Amino acid sequence: MADGADNRWTRKHLLALEELSADEIRFVLDTADSFKEVSTRSVKKVPALRGRVVVNLFFEDSTRTRTSFALAASRLSADVLDFSAKGSSVSKGETLIDTARNIEAMGVDIIVLRHQAAGAAHLLSRAVKCSVVNGGDGAHEHPTQGLLDLYTMRERFGRIAGLKVAIVGDIANSRVARSNLWALKKLGAEVILVGPPTLLPRSFEQLGARVVHDFDAVVREVDVINMLRVQFERIKTSQFPSIREFTRLFGLTPDRFQRCKKDVFVMHPGPMNRGIEISSEIADGPQSGVLTQVTNGLAVRMAVLFLVSQAAMGAAPAAA
Amino acid sequence: MRTHYDQADVARVVHRLGEQVAAGFAPDSPLSIIGVRTRGETLAGRIAEHLRRKGFTQIGRGILDITLYRDDLPDIGPNPVVRPTEINFDINGRPMLLVDDVLFTGRSIRSALNALVDFGRPSVIRLAVLVDRSGRELPIRADFVGLTMYDVPADHRVNVHFVENDGVDEIVVEPRS
Repeated sequence: MADGADNRWTRKHLLALEELSADEIRFVLDTADSFKEVSTRSVKKVPALRGRVVVNLFFEDSTRTRTSFALAASRLSADVLDFSAKGSSVSKGETLIDTARNIEAMGVDIIVLRHQAAGAAHLLSRAVKCSVVNGGDGAHEHPTQGLLDLYTMRERFGRIAGLKVAIVGDIANSRVARSNLWALKKLGAEVILVGPPTLLPRSFEQLGARVVHDFDAVVREVDVINMLRVQFERIKTSQFPSIREFTRLFGLTPDRFQRCKKDVFVMHPGPMNRGIEISSEIADGPQSGVLTQVTNGLAVRMAVLFLVSQAAMGAAPAAA
Repeated sequence: MRTHYDQADVARVVHRLGEQVAAGFAPDSPLSIIGVRTRGETLAGRIAEHLRRKGFTQIGRGILDITLYRDDLPDIGPNPVVRPTEINFDINGRPMLLVDDVLFTGRSIRSALNALVDFGRPSVIRLAVLVDRSGRELPIRADFVGLTMYDVPADHRVNVHFVENDGVDEIVVEPRS
């Protein structure tokens, strides 16, 4: 990392990768490098956010993202409050903003929000004074997943620029695909979106991606295959062929894997539908980055929580 | 007040510091040398070099980034650059030399000591600094000092530059900008 920090991170919220510059993305990834080291110590904790409160405000189910943010916050010595919509006043009809303002009134510094509506994090960031980190909003963005995916690719290949990355599956419903697409384009990778026409509209070409409906046509040329989860809860039946047909056409099967580059890197944001979009032997094999993604997610989220909290506190210019 | 020390001065001060450190530890015992990023790390390298010439054989080297342990994090603004700490050996039970370029308020050293506690329990921690200037805000002192400055005004900075980091070896005393 270069010396001399200019104004490289001044955002008190992390809402979407679309609005970040390439330098800002690199800065988060570099900062995450330093936080990864913390997790290798015998005492896996630093006092950087001591006395701060981080709230996980989750209106949708999540295992990985939620626990990852909670652990990241506690490794920074912050206090963590877990809030899920189920069993809360939300089920009594309280709105997102009211819920958030009430939680904020308890003296919260950062809200990590997951919500089914696209734009929820932006809306919330305008309504509260504390920092907001988007933990996934509808089919819009999942910025920390995008960052951890890029971090994992950069760790594997030593670079992002010039990589050919295929994102495969249910693109239309995927916030992971969008966050990956924005960030990968900014850092100079080539993005190939792969899926059936019903789940991958041509309009994605306008975002700078190659749109391909035939997986086999591109398997030989890509460096990274990011397999998306088939989101049965979001898919309307008319958009989707049978599960067997989906697997045959768009699943990462052993046969298809044979035809990939020898050093192809396989990723999946989880949770996996084993045997549907990805076969178990590939997911658990040596070219799979699935668990590395989870490990790196912790470092990336520590970096994000740290950076937004610093930006929220300091209006002063950085001291030498 | 002298405001500039050139390359030859720096060489002399580093040598003096190296001699003190060599006299303070046993050459045939293990010694951990941990430099505080960024200039402390460079200085630690020079001290280690000096000790090797003096016959020290069991030197472990590490780098400490204290950003996450600073008590003035809210004041240093929105852009602290956090870099990895690299201590890839067991520090338990062996003596440690902590190295920084300038000792001023003592707060950096306080942060460094807090950070080191998370890595283990050295048998003893000694502090070596290239420059000791007045202005301590905590009860901290250095065990080995290359150069003591008694008359630096509080609104001045003491900047140590090394070839490895800055292209030149020098010490500059200048008004805080």
